[in-house]
Amino acid sequence: MTKHNPVISDEYAETITKVEELAYEIRINEVMTKNVFCLSSEMKIKTALDIFQQERISGAPVTQDDTLIGILSIEDLIRSLREGKSGEEVSQYMSTDLVTVRETDFVVEALQTFARTRFGRLPVLDKSGNLVGIITKGDISNGLLKALQRYYHAEELIRYRASHLFEDIISDRTSLILRYDIQKGDYIHGGNASSNIKRALLRLGASPQIARRCGIAIYEAEMNLIIHTDNGGILRIEIEPHKITMEAYDDGPGIDDVELAMKAGYSTATNDVREMGFGAGMGLVNIKRCVDEMKLVSSSERGTNLYMTIQLNNTDHSPQTVG
Amino acid sequence: MKLGKLVELINGRILTEKFSEDTEIAGAMGADLMSDVLASIRPEAVLITGLCNPQVVRTALIADLRAIIFIRGKNPALETIKLADEENLPLIMTEFGMFDACGILYQAGLPSFELKSQDDCAS
Repeated sequence: MTKHNPVISDEYAETITKVEELAYEIRINEVMTKNVFCLSSEMKIKTALDIFQQERISGAPVTQDDTLIGILSIEDLIRSLREGKSGEEVSQYMSTDLVTVRETDFVVEALQTFARTRFGRLPVLDKSGNLVGIITKGDISNGLLKALQRYYHAEELIRYRASHLFEDIISDRTSLILRYDIQKGDYIHGGNASSNIKRALLRLGASPQIARRCGIAIYEAEMNLIIHTDNGGILRIEIEPHKITMEAYDDGPGIDDVELAMKAGYSTATNDVREMGFGAGMGLVNIKRCVDEMKLVSSSERGTNLYMTIQLNNTDHSPQTVG
Repeated sequence: MKLGKLVELINGRILTEKFSEDTEIAGAMGADLMSDVLASIRPEAVLITGLCNPQVVRTALIADLRAIIFIRGKNPALETIKLADEENLPLIMTEFGMFDACGILYQAGLPSFELKSQDDCAS
């Protein structure tokens, strides 16, 4: 018989990554079993067996004066039965080498502990060391699946609503306009608007390539407003079913020589700006490469207006030739 | 190359909470000028850089990168790390310099994801 390699589709791979991500986002107390049945150390094995059967559980913590002292699992019960000692006390057969996790830890902690040890369940403790629950691999699978479902449902709903926007609204020409005020010198938030624009485009159903091209162009334009203007400026994005129009405008100081500004490597940026990784004289060149049409109008009286469009209909015509 | 292996190769330290060693890294580029990065990096690459401000994270997000490696033991500001965690972008720090970090990864089979200057930015 030949051995088949499992084929992992992109869609499936994406799911795996999301699950991994969730393991870092969800805390143990969100998935653990909370109302745990505790055994006392003096309880007879026989009684514990009855409880396991009635409660349909395969393990339980053992406490003495409210303090966790061990764990009794179904394996321990089998061992005691095989030795014919069902009349003994639970404390004789429970495991006492305890590995615990904190309730505020992320699920990934528990997963790593399961991988490292041979345990099937871990007691969960709160800040002061009190037993607050039990976590099993099953709890984790259930918790992650539920979270995954919630996540996909939420993102799908947003995407669905957004991508149907243009179909749901009938007009001779529908467009969505996004505006962002960009502050002069606000390096810390530089790129925020561009990230939001890119996310909006993806939600509206744009391909990752289109979103990336728009993102790069608008990010360079946003940084230009932050770096080079007197009073900041405005980004205006108009989204239509067949094209995206992006504009960046400000009220000064204007560009002296537009032709020179368009040359690769030409820059008027200060050293501070260069230390930020910008001002390499590539911004406008980058923009031109990413969009289908670009116009730059500037004067010292009226400031600068950068106009860019990306066509959505015929993707063959777009300059995305590489990669 | 898996991100876990990459970190091992450059003896890297993971700076963000968000990190998965199974993240697939398709290639790499080394640069300190963000416009160069935006102009010439292909998606799904890792960026090797000496620049530590939040703009690096923004650049990586816009350009669809998978992770950032900071060279020469540089620790980015807390706001850089916070932004990366919010946006699910792993940050890694290595003691190696730019040339060494690039060389080690290239030798281990990680291809260059930097487009030549005449090529197009959008892939």
